[in-house]
Amino acid sequence: MLTVSQLIKEFGFEVAAGHGGLNKEIRDYSIKRPSAELIGFLTYLTPQRIQVFGSTEMGVIRQLDITVRRQHIAAVMVSEVPCVIVTRSLPTPQEFYDLANERDIPLLTTNRSTTQLNYLIIRYLANRLAPSTLVHGVLVDVYGVGVLINGESGIGKSEAALELIKGGHLLVADDAVEVRRVDEESLRGTAPQSIRHLIEIRGLGILDITRLFGTGAVRKEKDVHLIVHLEEWQADKIYDRLGTDPPQIRRILGIAVPQITIPVRPGRNLASLVEVAVMQNRR
Amino acid sequence: MRSEKITVTNETGLHARPASLFVQLTAQFKSELTIRKDDRSVNAKSILGILSLGISKGTEVTLIAEGPDEEQAVDELVKLIQGNFGEGNSN
Repeated sequence: MLTVSQLIKEFGFEVAAGHGGLNKEIRDYSIKRPSAELIGFLTYLTPQRIQVFGSTEMGVIRQLDITVRRQHIAAVMVSEVPCVIVTRSLPTPQEFYDLANERDIPLLTTNRSTTQLNYLIIRYLANRLAPSTLVHGVLVDVYGVGVLINGESGIGKSEAALELIKGGHLLVADDAVEVRRVDEESLRGTAPQSIRHLIEIRGLGILDITRLFGTGAVRKEKDVHLIVHLEEWQADKIYDRLGTDPPQIRRILGIAVPQITIPVRPGRNLASLVEVAVMQNRR
Repeated sequence: MRSEKITVTNETGLHARPASLFVQLTAQFKSELTIRKDDRSVNAKSILGILSLGISKGTEVTLIAEGPDEEQAVDELVKLIQGNFGEGNSN
């Protein structure tokens, strides 16, 4: 959940009025410049969005007749609005302060330009409000490719990851990977804060990879490009012998990720197999 | 599938030693075991997964088991949590 207070903290906005609404939740990752609404075209009013007032909007307000001004501003500043942002520290009419306090809409100011703010806020919101899920597996950066190693508990995911790290590849998360759909085609994985850069190896316990191998062996986040599924070798299952089978597809949060299955058996060096799988599937 | 809601009542919550006792037990079952807190689910056989949930005293969790020994798994895990992981009286 993202509240207006958190947004203020992130961007350093000044709160000019409407302190009663600081805990309001922001759910929509787009923003709105309500210039058309200010002249009375209310068909596409989207009050769930952050409303941004820049030079255009303030210019429109100046042209409004003094008798209808408050009414027009009030039609945009409805209580559902999470917050209002005035850019370039533009002079703000008294109606804004009054409505903000009456309706608990935080009135925020910034000296950034509207264009700058648009870009920064949309990027921030898309990231923060992206759908996310917790995935069981280990996320490693192998030759710059984000590889999610999954498979049953005890199959050797963490052991394979440890070998990869020793070989110079980077750990992102072990066992629980927080995956966010940051846009229509990318899934970004990171470790939950409390277990960041820890890895568990049965018999050795929980290892702190940063302490053992240094900060060069880890990274905070990485997009998931490939899934390597480890499973116990099944005698009756037919595995790809020619390398001609197209990879299977697994969907995470609706995004398709190619998945290859590697059967585990004594004498197979999993780290090397993962490395080669990556080289073969690198686009 | 069997699922059970339970509140963790031991002093330290599911951290360090209790978490380790918990996964020692879950590892003995064949069933797929999941533990859920709010809307986050993790594999209950993974100690890091459990630690990532940050389950403290008073947290309600849901245990979900699916497989041949699901009944027994949930029963024994509930017993372990209700017994406060042998921490004695948590008054």
